[in-house]
Parts: sequence; C-alpha cells; structure tokens
Amino acid sequence: MGYTLVEKIIAKKVGHEVKPGDIVTVPVDWCMIDDIMVPFAVQKFEEMGFDKVYDPEKVVLIYDHFLPATQTDDSRHFRVGDEFAEKYGLKHVHRTDGICHQLMTEAGYVKPGDIAFGTDSHTVTYGCVGAFSTGIGYTEMAGILGTGQLWIKVPETIKIEIDGTLPGNVTSKDIILRIIGDLTASGATYNSLEFTGSTVDAMSVASRMTISNMSVEAGAKCGLFAPDDKTCDYCKIPYDDEIKDLHGDDNASYAKILRYRAEDFVPVCACPSLVDNIKPVSELKGTKVDQVFLGSCTNGRLEDLRTAATILKGKHIAPYVKMIVTPASRKIYRAALADGTLEILSDAGAIITTPGCGLCCGRGGGILSDGEVVVATNNRNFLGRMGTSKVQIYLASPATAAATAIAGEITEA
Amino acid sequence: MFSAKIWKLGDDIDTDIILPTEYLAFETVQEMKPYAFSPLRPDLASKIQPGDMIVAGNNFGCGSSREQAPEVVKALGVSCIVAKSYARIFFRNAINNGLLLIEQPDLFDEVSEGDIAEVTPGKEIKVNGKSYDIASLPDNLTEILEAGGLVKAMRKRNGLD
Repeated sequence: MGYTLVEKIIAKKVGHEVKPGDIVTVPVDWCMIDDIMVPFAVQKFEEMGFDKVYDPEKVVLIYDHFLPATQTDDSRHFRVGDEFAEKYGLKHVHRTDGICHQLMTEAGYVKPGDIAFGTDSHTVTYGCVGAFSTGIGYTEMAGILGTGQLWIKVPETIKIEIDGTLPGNVTSKDIILRIIGDLTASGATYNSLEFTGSTVDAMSVASRMTISNMSVEAGAKCGLFAPDDKTCDYCKIPYDDEIKDLHGDDNASYAKILRYRAEDFVPVCACPSLVDNIKPVSELKGTKVDQVFLGSCTNGRLEDLRTAATILKGKHIAPYVKMIVTPASRKIYRAALADGTLEILSDAGAIITTPGCGLCCGRGGGILSDGEVVVATNNRNFLGRMGTSKVQIYLASPATAAATAIAGEITEA
Repeated sequence: MFSAKIWKLGDDIDTDIILPTEYLAFETVQEMKPYAFSPLRPDLASKIQPGDMIVAGNNFGCGSSREQAPEVVKALGVSCIVAKSYARIFFRNAINNGLLLIEQPDLFDEVSEGDIAEVTPGKEIKVNGKSYDIASLPDNLTEILEAGGLVKAMRKRNGLD
C-alpha cells in the first residue's frame, strides 16, 4: 500500500509510518506570525512562562494586515513585534515587504516537505510547493514558540485530478471556486486536498498558490501540489530524488477522488455571502458593480496583474467604478512597475496601492457601504468582510475582475 | 451536569461573523465582547447571559483562524456550543481556551431558541424531555480542557503551577 503526499511529508518528519487518524507530535520548520496576532501570541507566550524561543531562525514576523496603519491603535502591534524580536533574537521580521503568505515562499523560507504553521488560516498557501502548512490560533503558536512542536491529526486525503487544457478565459481561481462549490464550504474539513493531473502540471507555481490558498475555504487542513522542476526553480533548490519522491502514490488510500476535464471549466463567481455559492459569470451578466479589487494572497501576483493588464490595455474602466490594485509583495510591485504592467493599469483608471492585505480583510483603503457591490479577487465574501454587512461581495478571477471593471457590470473576459 | 438557555444560530457561522476584523486589535477581550456576532445579530452579545449555550448547524467557526472568536464567546460566559460540525481551526482554538464544544447531529433540528438544555459532558444533553447522546473528546484534548486551556497546561509543563 502506498502513501498520500501528506502522509509522506508527516512520516518523514516524525520518523515512522503514519495513517489517517493518527495523532502525532511534529517538529515545526517554520512559524509565521502576522501583525494582527503578534501581541496576542506574545502575551500567551509570556503567560506560559517560557524564557526562550525554540529556534529564532525559524520564526518569521510579518506586518501586512495593518500596513500602512489605518487606526491609531495599529502601530502597537508593530511595536510589540519589534520588542519581541529584539528580546528573543528573532532573525526574520518583514515590516513593509508584502503579504505573509506571499513572502513565506517568495523570500525563501518554506521549501518542499517542510512543516509550517501560521496564525492565519491562509497559511495553507505553502502547499503550492509541497509543504504541509496550516493555520492555527495564537495560543498554539505561543506553545510552538516555546516547544518547537505541535500535535496534529494525520488527515485523510481527497485527490483532485484535472486533465486537459483550460479555456482561454479560465484561470486557476475559477478551478478552485468550482471545486469549493462542488465540495461545499465544509466538504473537506479535516482533509488534505492533493491536486494532480496534466492541467496542474502545466500550471505556474503562482497559479497553484491560488488553489492552495483557497483550500481552507472548503475546510481543508492543507492543499498540496507535488513539487516539480518549476517548484524547485521557484524555491531555488535542486530537483533531486528526495524531491521527486514527494508525490501521492497511485496505490495510496484516498478518501475520495474527484476527476475534472479542464475543458469543462468556465469563469465563475462566488456569490454573496458564502464561498461555496458558485455561479457561472455568464449567469450574472448585468449585475452592476461599484468597485473592483485586484490583489490579496489569492490573486495579487505578477501573472494576475499581467492578466488584468492584457484586458485593460488601451481601455478605461467604467466611470462609476473604483478599481483598486494591490500587489501581494514589494517584489511583485517592482516587477510590475518595471515591465509596464502598473502603467497600463493606472492608465486604465485603477488606483495602485502599497503591497499588503489591504482591502481583503476590510482594514485597508476602499471599504464599502450598504448596498454597494464589489467584484474581488480575494478569498472570502463573508458578511461584513470588506465593509458593512450589506455589501455584496462577488469573488472572481483577475480576468473576470478586469473585464468587469471595464463594463461596470459583471462580465466574462 | 449543568442547565443552559439555548441561543440558536445557523450553518456556516464564520469567524468574521463571530468577531469582525475591525475589532480584532482591541487590547482586551472585554472590549471585544459587545461586537460578537454583530454582522448577523447586533443585539445578541448584549442578550447572552453567563451560562447560556449556543446551538448551531454545520461548519461552525469556519474561515479565519482568529482566536479572538472563541475567546470572545468564552468571555460572554457561554457554557458550551453544540453544533452539527465545526471548522477545524476553531475547534482547536476553543479547546485551547477551555471552551467546551459538543458535536451532535440531531439536536439542532429539534430545539428552539429559548429552550433550556441539561448538559452532562461526555454523556448526554436533555431538551424538552428528549435525550441526545454525545461523545467524549480524545484524551489529549480532554487533558487540555481539564487543565483549563493550553496556557495553563503549558504553565504546568514549565513547572509554574
């Protein structure tokens, strides 16, 4: 009997075979703490009575949700983080570099086969490089900071096979939205999602990140891709035999296998106010929008900005639409500046903001009010997520977002 | 055994509903309390009395990993939550804060808000004369819950309590 990818990653770390349902204590390669949770994690760490951090090299503090600060209390979070880093000798603090989930792989921390935990639910993103990573609360993070380990239950795996060539106006965002719709918002609870097939093989790491990032919206513990040569290029590591073994075996035991033909996917939106309320964009035509948001750890990467720029080039957004573009990191911002992407978006009437979480969590510029409609490329359309509880949030791909901004109503690219 | 008044919520109660992002940065949970459940039911936090319980459907606590969500529910004095199922991060966070969570598939569909339940943890819940079986938690979680949460369990580990 073979093993699923998550079983292989965990077994390697604990030094023995594991099966779904086993409760095991794993060593932690990376801890990510975001600015919202820093003061709470620090307080719990001190209450627990630890006097040192288990490994200052393995802890990464990232300021992103509150940057630049929009409320007078926000800077307390930066101050507490800086003091904690100084006191315990933490080596990695990102104060203005971008969104935590972009940076954890982009800045060279998480590699294939690693185990990482973060104080944000979208920590599942690092599954894009074949790492086991998931979100936890600040109390558990405080426990890891002191002990370097955490208990987990080995998850069952749902395998998702996608083969074929995607239609031109479909992106990986449409794929994961459709899958969440099929699984429902709780359909993968406690499970690992493992994505395979020729469509997945052909995808960029950036596109895979979008899918891993949203795995948690189906309740999944992690969303994994087997690392390949593209992953190794991105992570700047050799594509060796150890990496090549990090894949789900054909004879592994899966809880469920879902098979899709790439040609069957169409552009979709998650409609208010549940992530699994999925409808084809073609059925939503005519829905007038007040704002379009392109950004977030889901879809704020260079390929996302370029996709939008290709559609917006030489055109202008509808006069009554505000379009807000937030690159996921400084590196992406600079690359999009250098290759003319930002210029095209700006010429089309978009507002370009500083890298960070921004509008996605309702903290940055562009929050909305009663009755307003927004098409957004981020990952959650919950009540009140981007403003008041009477804002209508439609989640969509960068291509749909760009086409919608031009038309002023929900439109297929 | 304890008895508790039921407040009833639906399916997929996410942690943005339990506590919206704009209130996460308050320094204390006490300051967050009035805003619990505000996007869905702005008056609920002021109505919940210590000892009351929440009954909900599937996937309670889905979404963000914010631990302020179970902390604020605990701070309101909620004695336990009974739901058909929980999102996994919320489940861990609740146990780590000493908040009792009970999974029960049938109770939600058969009780009304305002009903009084008698809860015997690890055994049964009685409402309107009917008994509903409930399971025990795994040992490692019972230990954390009985210690009063993960902070207290870690203090014990570190020889402080």
